[in-house]
Amino acid sequence: MGIEALAFYLFAGVTVMSGAMVVLSKNPVHCVLYLILAFFSTGGLFVLMGAEFLAMILVIVYVGAVAVLFLFVVMMLDIDFAELRAGYAQYLPFGIVLGGILALQLALIGFNWQTGPGAADLGATPVPTDKTNTEAIGQVLYTEYFFAFHGAAMVLLVAMIGAVVLTLRERTGVKRQNVSAQNARTAREAVEVVSVETREGI
Amino acid sequence: MLAEIGVGHYLAVASILFTLGVVGIFLNRKNVIIILMSVELMLLAVNINFVAFSTYLNDLVGQIFAIFILTVAAAEAAIGLAILVIYFRNRGTIAVEDIDMLKG
Repeated sequence: MGIEALAFYLFAGVTVMSGAMVVLSKNPVHCVLYLILAFFSTGGLFVLMGAEFLAMILVIVYVGAVAVLFLFVVMMLDIDFAELRAGYAQYLPFGIVLGGILALQLALIGFNWQTGPGAADLGATPVPTDKTNTEAIGQVLYTEYFFAFHGAAMVLLVAMIGAVVLTLRERTGVKRQNVSAQNARTAREAVEVVSVETREGI
Repeated sequence: MLAEIGVGHYLAVASILFTLGVVGIFLNRKNVIIILMSVELMLLAVNINFVAFSTYLNDLVGQIFAIFILTVAAAEAAIGLAILVIYFRNRGTIAVEDIDMLKG
């Protein structure tokens, strides 16, 4: 068994196991951490397939942004997760049956599919052999898929603004610094001279 | 067959991951956070499929498309979690079956 096969089975095994633990784990924090592990090992699979750029993007975007966002929300919300797990066993048979049917269908396709004649020559943009993966992707993404690229940028912009608008709230009873009020303050209204009687106090 | 890693091996991993995502939605059907995580798993499986076929057919477009899926997945997670946070602020729970305020 070559080093490539060994690496594949290692990464694939870790991916599948951590994917299962995401679904089965009791503690949601553990779920998120297993999700991060699944993303990392999928990045390894991408490197094995020769998609280095996508592997790094996967680690940066999924692990650095999405998974951390999940972790943040799981830790921020004060939720009784044990209560949410009630009735877990009730849906277990249904889930297993449904997953089994889906897996069976996917396996039927997986063992029976074949590429059409000449499909390998139909590729719109063949992977260049004299360039790095990143350079090749950049040359295709910024030319042929320029408008789609901008569409993706718009999706991200709308998502960002939407997330900010949704979660922004005006909180009452919060003490904030009011710079204009501070600057408008004069010595006349801030300082009061009182004449105190001896041994009396104010 | 086992030592020679081809496209079929990657497709098998992707199918298992996708099935796990679907099962996860059914098992944790009360907890919205885990449902969102299961959706992320399914999108990851789709990405593996795209990259596997990109390598198999020697076509770069699969990887380009995977980048777009990554974009949409990130946007979906951000919006989904934002909705989750404001829902929790309003109701104090994230159970799916409590989302029934529109029910008469």
